[in-house]
Amino acid sequence: MSTVTLVRRQARSGLLHDWGVRVGGLLLAFVVFVALFGGLLSSQSPYVTVGIPGAAPGAGHLLGLDFEGRDVLARFLHGGSSTLVLAVTATVLIYALGISVGLLAGYSRSIIDPLLMRTVDVLLSLPSLLVILLFITGLGSSRPVMVAAAAVVLFPGVARIVRSATLEVSTRGYVEAAVARGESTVATLRREVLPNILPPIVADMGLRFSWSIILIASVNFLGLGIRPPTPDWGLMISENLVILPSNPLAVVAPAAMIGLLIIAVNLISDGIMRVLSGGDR
Amino acid sequence: MTTMIGGRQVDLDASAAPVTRSIRHPFARFVGRRLATGVVTLWVVSVLIFVATNVLPGNVAEVVLGHNATPARIQLLDVKLGYNHPMIQRYFTWLVGILHGDFGKSAVAVALDQAQTSISSTLVSPLLNSLILAGITALLLVPLTLLLGALAGIYARRPPDYAISTPALVFGGLPEFVTGTLLIFIFFSVLHWLPPTSGFSPGQSPFTDVGELVLPVLTLLGVALGAGIRQVRAGMIETLQRGYVQFARLNGIPERRVLVRYALRNALAPSVQIIAQNLQYLFGGIIVVESVFDYPGIGLYLVNAVLARDTAKVEAAAIIIAALYTFINIAADFVVVLLVPKLRTAVT
Repeated sequence: MSTVTLVRRQARSGLLHDWGVRVGGLLLAFVVFVALFGGLLSSQSPYVTVGIPGAAPGAGHLLGLDFEGRDVLARFLHGGSSTLVLAVTATVLIYALGISVGLLAGYSRSIIDPLLMRTVDVLLSLPSLLVILLFITGLGSSRPVMVAAAAVVLFPGVARIVRSATLEVSTRGYVEAAVARGESTVATLRREVLPNILPPIVADMGLRFSWSIILIASVNFLGLGIRPPTPDWGLMISENLVILPSNPLAVVAPAAMIGLLIIAVNLISDGIMRVLSGGDR
Repeated sequence: MTTMIGGRQVDLDASAAPVTRSIRHPFARFVGRRLATGVVTLWVVSVLIFVATNVLPGNVAEVVLGHNATPARIQLLDVKLGYNHPMIQRYFTWLVGILHGDFGKSAVAVALDQAQTSISSTLVSPLLNSLILAGITALLLVPLTLLLGALAGIYARRPPDYAISTPALVFGGLPEFVTGTLLIFIFFSVLHWLPPTSGFSPGQSPFTDVGELVLPVLTLLGVALGAGIRQVRAGMIETLQRGYVQFARLNGIPERRVLVRYALRNALAPSVQIIAQNLQYLFGGIIVVESVFDYPGIGLYLVNAVLARDTAKVEAAAIIIAALYTFINIAADFVVVLLVPKLRTAVT
């Protein structure tokens, strides 16, 4: 059996037998289900004040009431989708930007390359959250600004990987053959370069997704993202810190969900990297 | 056996003398060039900070005035804050001011006609508080990262490794505000051991009540340790598989000596870079951690300024955090080059 087939077979069976991937997959399915479909299961409105602020869990209100006397369970079930959707959108944008910039820099062999890469270096020389806060100061806080800012902060890493992989691949025979055949640059990049640089790009996708979640949830937690009274897990945590002594669940429940989501994504992403690197880590 | 170790040492000593003499000059050149890149980076960062916070002209006066905004008032405030001048001119006024230690005027204070509008003096105490928080964390972080990372590497895939690596994987990935709130829940709500916030007033020293420092430090440690331990562990595992470690073992050198003299020293060099990244992380992490615990440092200052859209304060806090970030990066590069002789020749 050739080594390649052997490695592939190990990779496939390894992924399914890896305990980290299994646990992570179950956790991820649970959190995503609650985030996307929780709203449908909730019988109460997340916006209506129904009792004393910070009331402890009781009949009819399984998780108690929040700092404004609204049902915590309803807000909890409605509050997951915003962060999840924003983080997925940001991740798509990160890869669109990162792959375009990386391909352009790696394939151009002109002044464009150092120009793009130095810009990328500057973005990497600042804490991610700081850059996002700067954009929010300048442009105000809205969902598009949050997604765009998160993408601007996280695409440099992808761009760097794509650039170095492109540099390596673009001297290969099949790329030179395509150029010699007179194929357009776009066609060459799409058909010859991109498919051959995909593995290193995909390898740390989970990591970037989990960073997007952290950044967006952090901005919401700081009160600089999703505006009240919209329910959001990150925002719920900071809103309800004042009623922590009387109803800790209002804080702990959303915090646990964000925590579980990150742990799930990291477990899966770790498993993928472990399998890609030959299972020895 | 002893001759071999002796041979190694003699070898090193023999090459050390001429190397330091011929390398001193290139190293100075490296230092100079690295400092210059640092200054250029900071300058570009200053442009980025200024442009990002000033993209929408007139925005500041409108937001700060809020309900009281009338066209006449907005125009008056714009003139007071200098927004009637072109952006490039404003940038250079701002930059020259910073180089003289003047960080500009608070838009909110000007709008409210307060006597104290200059923000430079308001930056000192938050900066000191943040340095104290980051400093204490760093003092604990560096030895713990190395110790736990090395232990996990030595006992790779055995119980001690799992005991260290599993919590590292879990806590290292969590956002600061999740770790922080869960710690508040455990130590305040359940155990009643520690206060939930660092409620000391801006003028007070953080050491007035040391209990208030525990949770912020623990939160930062939890996040920073996780990432560091995993990388040091990987470095240790790699070093233990090297030929010279195998050879030392085959020669019958006691395992303890193999670990300390052969493996640990060589695994340390790449760890410097990892520790530098973690120290850098601290200055990004404080933004959220200080907000969780209401700790009056530069991170909370920044967040409050963004909430109030007080542009000058945002810019000041941002450039200070960026400067600290860049400084740690440069310092780490120097330490690495000093520790790893191989890199000294590569810098020319």
